[in-house]
Amino acid sequence: MKLTLVTGLTGLVLLGTIVELLRRRQLREKYGMLWLGLLFVVIPLSLFPRLLDGVADLLGVASGVSLVLFLGIVFLLLVCIHLSWEVSALEEETRTLAEEFALLRAEVEAERAERAEWTHRADPAELVSRDG
Amino acid sequence: MVNGKKLLIIIPALNEAASIGDVVGEIRGELPGVDVLVVDDGSTDHTAAVAVAAGARVARLPYNLGVGGAMRLGYRYAYEHDYDAAVQVDADGQHDPRYVPKLIDLLDDYDLVIGARFAGEGDYTVRGPRRWAMAMLSLVLSGLAGATLTDTTSGFRAANRRMIEMFARWYPAEYLGDTVETLVHAARRGYRIQQVPVAMRRRMAGTPSHSPAKAMIYLGRALAVLTLALIRR
Repeated sequence: MKLTLVTGLTGLVLLGTIVELLRRRQLREKYGMLWLGLLFVVIPLSLFPRLLDGVADLLGVASGVSLVLFLGIVFLLLVCIHLSWEVSALEEETRTLAEEFALLRAEVEAERAERAEWTHRADPAELVSRDG
Repeated sequence: MVNGKKLLIIIPALNEAASIGDVVGEIRGELPGVDVLVVDDGSTDHTAAVAVAAGARVARLPYNLGVGGAMRLGYRYAYEHDYDAAVQVDADGQHDPRYVPKLIDLLDDYDLVIGARFAGEGDYTVRGPRRWAMAMLSLVLSGLAGATLTDTTSGFRAANRRMIEMFARWYPAEYLGDTVETLVHAARRGYRIQQVPVAMRRRMAGTPSHSPAKAMIYLGRALAVLTLALIRR
């Protein structure tokens, strides 16, 4: 009974954390939904750890708890791979942005230098008459 | 203009303030009327200022992207400003600009021309794992390109309009991707690749690495990059 309390409470705290992060808009929905979905599986299991015993038996795993542990590790591994993938995509995006930015800065500086040269070269008298 | 072509020299530079001024000056002296673009790859020294003072155009990246990022930027600049040819030259002064017209001449018949060491000219030698890596790269890439390529990691290369257009869109930023992977990618898509023998000079600044452990790591990475490039589309 004590164990059920500990696991159940842990699940609820995690649920609260995710909901709060989503509420404060600090977690993109696509990730929030992933973790919420997972918690809806984990919380019932934490309250009734024997739920998966049937499935475990079917797969040849001695106990439902072991099965959950195994699936948990696989799931975390997949999440890690997904995050590496996301970071790679982000790096490619920031790289493109950095290049674009450097290109624009070079254009602006070239234009500015050209304009400075023009005003420098122009006849002061002509400038005055143009302004007048 | 060199041999009737509007030419851009692209120099990727990272903390090369010691040599970049001389390199740009020499290029402008040897190849009058040529535009030089120095891509400052997030330097923390005065590379950009020295290059501007020497008369180059400078594109400054906000942070270090590696040679690949700097080069894609260079090719995009060449593409947007309608250059006929773009030549990549190292910022450390080991590439002699007097070879540039030789490279450019071949661009009518080839899309990518590599200035290669070990091709008869100069006396550059390497030994050990680094040599094996280069031999392996040379063998595989020569087969793919249908031409003898002895120096696949050379940073001295000339591209024509067709090649510039592709490199402006696609140029890998990863280690060795800028040399090895671009060759695999280009050769597979039917771009014609050729090499011209050049003599390399000693670097004006900085020292090359000669540690055997580093050479082994280089071999491993070269193998990995090549294998990945080959199994990619």
